[in-house]
Amino acid sequence: MLLKIEDLHVAINGKEIIRGLNLEVQAGETHAVMGPNGTGKSTLALAIAGKEGYEVTKGRILYKGKDMVDMPPEERAREGVFLGFQYPVEIPGVSVTNFMRTALNEIREYRKLPPLTASEFLARLEEKKELVEIHSKLTNRSVNEGFSGGEKKRNEIFQMAMLEPTLSVLDETDSGLDIDALKVVANGVNALKRDDNAFVVITHYQRLLDYIIPDFVHVLFDGRIVLSGGKELAVELENKGYDWIRKEQA
Amino acid sequence: MMNKSTILKDRLEHLFVENRQKITQHDLPSVTRRRDKAMKFFAEKGFPHKKLESWRNTDLEPAFEREYATLFEPGHGDISIDNVFKCNIHELETDQISLLNGWYIDRKHPLREYGNGMIAGSLAEAMKKYPDIVEAHYGRHASTDKDGFHALNMAMAQDGFFIYVPDNTHVDKPLQMVSIINRDKGLFIQTRNLVVLGKNSSLTMVHCDDSTNQEAMFKNSVTEIFADEGAKLEHYKLQNLNNQSTLINTTWFRQMKGSSMKSTAITLNGGLIRNYTHSILDGAGASAEVFGLYLMDRTQHVDNQVFIDHASPDCYSNELFKGILDEEASAVFNGHILVRKDAQKTNAFQNSRNILMTDTAKSHAMPFLEIYADDVKCSHGATAGQLDPEAMFYLRSRGICEANARLLLLYAFAGEIVREIGIEALRTRVNDMIRMRLKGELHICETCALHCEGPNKDILFEIDMSKI
Repeated sequence: MLLKIEDLHVAINGKEIIRGLNLEVQAGETHAVMGPNGTGKSTLALAIAGKEGYEVTKGRILYKGKDMVDMPPEERAREGVFLGFQYPVEIPGVSVTNFMRTALNEIREYRKLPPLTASEFLARLEEKKELVEIHSKLTNRSVNEGFSGGEKKRNEIFQMAMLEPTLSVLDETDSGLDIDALKVVANGVNALKRDDNAFVVITHYQRLLDYIIPDFVHVLFDGRIVLSGGKELAVELENKGYDWIRKEQA
Repeated sequence: MMNKSTILKDRLEHLFVENRQKITQHDLPSVTRRRDKAMKFFAEKGFPHKKLESWRNTDLEPAFEREYATLFEPGHGDISIDNVFKCNIHELETDQISLLNGWYIDRKHPLREYGNGMIAGSLAEAMKKYPDIVEAHYGRHASTDKDGFHALNMAMAQDGFFIYVPDNTHVDKPLQMVSIINRDKGLFIQTRNLVVLGKNSSLTMVHCDDSTNQEAMFKNSVTEIFADEGAKLEHYKLQNLNNQSTLINTTWFRQMKGSSMKSTAITLNGGLIRNYTHSILDGAGASAEVFGLYLMDRTQHVDNQVFIDHASPDCYSNELFKGILDEEASAVFNGHILVRKDAQKTNAFQNSRNILMTDTAKSHAMPFLEIYADDVKCSHGATAGQLDPEAMFYLRSRGICEANARLLLLYAFAGEIVREIGIEALRTRVNDMIRMRLKGELHICETCALHCEGPNKDILFEIDMSKI
């Protein structure tokens, strides 16, 4: 089991947002987590990544059998967890290239691998840029600074490609994307799919799932997964909306 | 009981009377008159103190606690700068002029005329050789009736740098001005510099203030810079002084029509440093850019004061000061923009931003706009805070440890000023020095050729960036 979340409770400033969530993800799978706004989708993503202030009050997040709850975010990343941010942060003065080089080398050091040589690094950079159709100048610019919405999201997928994580959580990567950008992002994800990695795609709309075909779809409501099914569930949600779930839960 | 600053003041007053002969021996008559007048002001007002508005947040008392000697003659014979200090900015090709303990170092050749017409060397010598140039500018751009330090400098300074660039002369090679303090006992030094740029001339100056040992020193330096019509000046100040040092560094600019200056102060280390920059934009279309970057820790203190006097229309000024303050370090920024009644179409901006690494680090910012014209664009802003936690999380979520994430952000923060450095070799070197400073690997002996036993290596900002 790659990821096993057991009875997870997460509170922000003392307010409980995730309230007893269970989720199991095997290597090779793609899971979609859907649900109306404000039900805890982003909280789940940020709790998996280990953001400060997202307090796990109960339960476990087992990654490859190890509980990550007390791990700092960098250690989770080095273990192979990746979060694609819904709102990527602008970091003036730090170039994408320098950022990725620093990150990769720290991850490699953790895994007792030698640092990449400059030419190895550049070769990987060029390869992955192509994957997400990033034009060459973007990586010389400061991280996300002045990037368009589409460029920011593509940059997330690019970073994912560079770091080659085992578990990728993509938090509303489709929000704010036009259809062309959406396709680029989805193609990137599909190209990175392997038997030994997995994706958790968080989305509000079914649209993204036309391009990234999930093995499982989960509906998150009020801090819990209330419904799980195959990819057809996403279509049903698109047609019927979320109200019927709300009614059922009430 | 008398406080230490009064004791020092009385002693300096006494020394002035006692050594008047020596102090005034190379003077032009007008300079002597200015000295006497300034000494009168100093005797009356003394050193500034915390009750004065512009000194409210800068405490000089610890500096006055230390013992200082005063030199009225050069303390050295015929030595070369290479014996004392070696600039290690590789690939930076400069012409170099140097002061040792406030005196022009090269006693045999105190003044040099360069092939392009530039004259550079000792100010004391220039009074003898070029009295007309000195007479036209010395003491005419600086004020001596507002601050005790300015008056004291006028009264007692005997030497310093003199630089003259004739009309229409472009000096390609940067001129490096190195001020070294090296004495086995604390010194109180007054230096005076005069820079005169002719019409449509251009010059780049790199002014390095370095300590080469850990002795206390108190340096009160005043520089007057006259930029005639269309002149262009790039001015870099690199300050890397020991923790016992006090530097009061005042620069007066007078800028004529269409002239431009860009002044960047990089403060890497120092006990107490105050940079006062005053520019009068005295002709239409003049522009002044004043930038500063400081990295302070322990109980170090840096104080940047900028006064831009928009006295003519269509002028531009921009101030940006950025600082990283760790431990109990403190910083002051006072920016005053005066837009006079006729200075229409003025563009004037100022901004000060600080990152406080600890709860005990302090920054004080006092932006001040005084505007009498009605068609102007002015803005000011000041921030002080921690590193952005969202940015920290973003970097860490990619596998970068907290310490390196912090270092990346600090380095990037400083980069905004470093990018403004127009000389590539200098920019590279400053980047290196900042990296070393942030990692705690830079100390003042870095550049010293004396190889004395040296102080214990200073460990600051305990961050390991070897992997970056």
